[in-house]
Amino acid sequence: MIVGAPRGLQPVNGTTHPLSAVQETLSPVPDVTASCHIPNSSSSSSGGGGGDKEVVLTNGKPIETSSPASASSLLNRLQLDDDLEADTLDLYASTETRDLFVTVDDPKKHVSTMETYITYRVSTKTSRIEFDLPEYNLRRRYQDFDWLRMKLEDSQPTHLIPPLPEKFVMKGVVDRFSEEFVETRMKALDKFLKRVADHPVLSFNPHLNAFLTAKDLNKRQGLALLTKVGESVKQAAGGYKLRARPPEYCVMGEYLDTFNQKLGTMDRIAQRILKEQTEYLVELREYGSVYAGWAGSEDALTRPLEGVAGCVSTCCGAMEDLSEGMSQELLPVLREYVLYIESMKNVLKKRDQSQAEYEGRLEAAVIRKQEEKTPVPVEVEKCQDRVECFNADLKADWERWQSNKRQDFRQLLTSMADKNINYFEKCQSAWESLVSQLQDDQAENTNETNCD
Amino acid sequence: MILLASSIPTALGSVKLTAVSTEQNNGWNHLTSLYISTNLSSRLEVSVAETEKRNGKNAMNMQETFTVYLVETRPVEPLADGRQLAPDSLWRRYSEFEILRSYLLVTYPAVVVSPLPEKRAEFVWHKLSADNMDPDFVERRRVGLENFLQRVTSHPVLSHDSLLYQFLTEVSATSSRPGSHDELMKADSRLRALSATFRVRNPDRRFVEMKHYSDELQSHTSQLLRARARVADRLYGVYKVHGNYGRVFSEWSVLEKQMGDGLQSAGHHMDAYAASIDDILEEAEHYGDQLKEYLFYAEALRAVCRKHELSQYELELACQDLLSKKQQREELATGSVRTFSLKGMTSKLFGQEAPEQREARLHLLEEQIREGEQAVEERRSECQVHVGGAWVDVQRFRQQKDRDIREALIGYALMQISMCKKGVQMWSNTKECFLKM
Repeated sequence: MIVGAPRGLQPVNGTTHPLSAVQETLSPVPDVTASCHIPNSSSSSSGGGGGDKEVVLTNGKPIETSSPASASSLLNRLQLDDDLEADTLDLYASTETRDLFVTVDDPKKHVSTMETYITYRVSTKTSRIEFDLPEYNLRRRYQDFDWLRMKLEDSQPTHLIPPLPEKFVMKGVVDRFSEEFVETRMKALDKFLKRVADHPVLSFNPHLNAFLTAKDLNKRQGLALLTKVGESVKQAAGGYKLRARPPEYCVMGEYLDTFNQKLGTMDRIAQRILKEQTEYLVELREYGSVYAGWAGSEDALTRPLEGVAGCVSTCCGAMEDLSEGMSQELLPVLREYVLYIESMKNVLKKRDQSQAEYEGRLEAAVIRKQEEKTPVPVEVEKCQDRVECFNADLKADWERWQSNKRQDFRQLLTSMADKNINYFEKCQSAWESLVSQLQDDQAENTNETNCD
Repeated sequence: MILLASSIPTALGSVKLTAVSTEQNNGWNHLTSLYISTNLSSRLEVSVAETEKRNGKNAMNMQETFTVYLVETRPVEPLADGRQLAPDSLWRRYSEFEILRSYLLVTYPAVVVSPLPEKRAEFVWHKLSADNMDPDFVERRRVGLENFLQRVTSHPVLSHDSLLYQFLTEVSATSSRPGSHDELMKADSRLRALSATFRVRNPDRRFVEMKHYSDELQSHTSQLLRARARVADRLYGVYKVHGNYGRVFSEWSVLEKQMGDGLQSAGHHMDAYAASIDDILEEAEHYGDQLKEYLFYAEALRAVCRKHELSQYELELACQDLLSKKQQREELATGSVRTFSLKGMTSKLFGQEAPEQREARLHLLEEQIREGEQAVEERRSECQVHVGGAWVDVQRFRQQKDRDIREALIGYALMQISMCKKGVQMWSNTKECFLKM
């Protein structure tokens, strides 16, 4: 269901909720057709499709017929969909043509009588006409991101919405206000927002616009609206069971399940490594202190032994850095992809439901047609359209997700390798400088005994 | 100023050595230079070349398997025509080395005698074998035995010992002299008695400090060896867990199209990384052996200090005995009883003894006093000889220890560098694979 913002400029009213301006144009019929957008970043692109039954393609060309269910329009759309796929793969190549940049940073703690919470600065830079100003800077808290995601999920059910970091943390176990936790969460929120902003359809969603620009997110109002619409969507799709998921989606589902398993395994391995490294660190520190202790009872050997103790201590520091890096970078991304997989599986389910509804209605209609000689109702054709659109969106998002996943993991694993290389290099240089110190020491002492 | 007079038994008969110097250090060096030219090692090359397993009957007539070590000796100087003689060799087992060392300990109480490699594998980290028949253990023991022989044959005092020479060259050396074995056992029990506590009034302060130092050395080296074993265990764990990445990358690569190859080869590198720790830790054992040598050396140093205490104690006892005898004589001569004695009591109770009896007793006492004075002289001389010789050897030991430990630390650091380089290499290879994903 699209709650579309009206095209063209709309003066921003600081006190009115952007949604309120659109209520009148709200379409009573759940309509998913407007979501078939081409990622065309030219300035003539519009936000979500027009409120009524009007479907508009993002390049500004309206479809010929008013009814989206006609065969020719369907054909047009299918043809465009092929282009759509080709274009989405170019997403990462076209960063020069991006016109929406978002960042999440600068966490700050807010203490009030009722609660304590963290807000983050959300900065936006854009040349899109949907935005009144080229720059925005405001503060948002996790709740606001959660709101945004919910709205996106409900308003764009055919699309894969990126995951948010975990909402709930056990109060006793994790410190919600620790630097580490806040830092990790902020990076995940930044990733989330960037992914939404980079998505050819989601980035034009008016809720995103509101999130980025409105001083005050009137969430309760939106929520009420949402439930009404959300319900109707559920009612529409409910009650139909899919007989057979087409093989291409089965493959996707299987992939997701297996990949999920692998992610879980990697998470466990990473945690095990961290545990072993921590225990190693404990023993290594003790080991270093024994050298320092020994140095105390010697005289000629004091400096060499202290040197070794110092070296061991440096290696401990390097190991600490390595462990910290791993836990801050590797684990969050693994967990994020687990959440991503969950989202994707949900989208697959919704797609199945949509197809089930279509097939169900079609069956009923065919039977009726045979009996009563009535033509296939518009309802069924709308369902068919929905399914087609859903499939197209899903496939496009799947490709985009695969591409992102490849990039993300390549970067993540490379970074992990880099951290390990860094660790060994630090240790190596510490030992190398010790060797030259020890050898100098040795030379000094040989000279002394020779001189006597 | 040091004045040293000692009689040293050598294979060539006794050699009397005297040295006078104005400074302690110079004196030691002077002595050493006198010794070096006659060290066994300067004439004879000694090595422990091979090992073999044997089967035989032990003391309780039971079958056992043991390892023998090939002791090779060859003159340092080549023949007149420049050729090298083939080495002489004989097989010895570990227990024979032990007998040799016990003999040296007893015979040269002023020397810090080099230790043997450990009898049983101690301070093992979990994967390292504690089995005496394990080939790696046997190899390390071979190296340790060679080190022991090279140390004793280059020692200024020990190298002249005839039994040592026989050990190196004659097959029947240790078994052909059962008598000497008994002597060894007697002397050994005397050494054991050293562990009993006794109070010494005036020990040489330097030896008190040395004993304290030997305790410290022992404590620090054993702490270090234990900590090292724990670190090795943990490091092993860290490396091995990375092997799991190998497996999961391999499984994951099956799912992927473009990422598959990169993941697969990265997985192989992770497997190699996990496997590399075995060799790394095995090589690191050499450092452990170097530390162990000095752990055992600490005990040898301590024994020298204890010997000083014992001889000082015996001297003090002899002095005390002499003093009491002299006091008795005085009392007898003057008739005054200053100290409580049974004789004094009985004479008080039952009357003085007859003059003849008194004369006889006085005569006996005089003799005892003469003997006592001689005993004190002997003990004093013994003590001084020991102190002189021991102090020289302790200095030698200290210098050797400083050199050896410094070298061991350098070796250790070089090993760490090599390990880091391997790590960098392996992760760089893995990174290459990731970049291809």
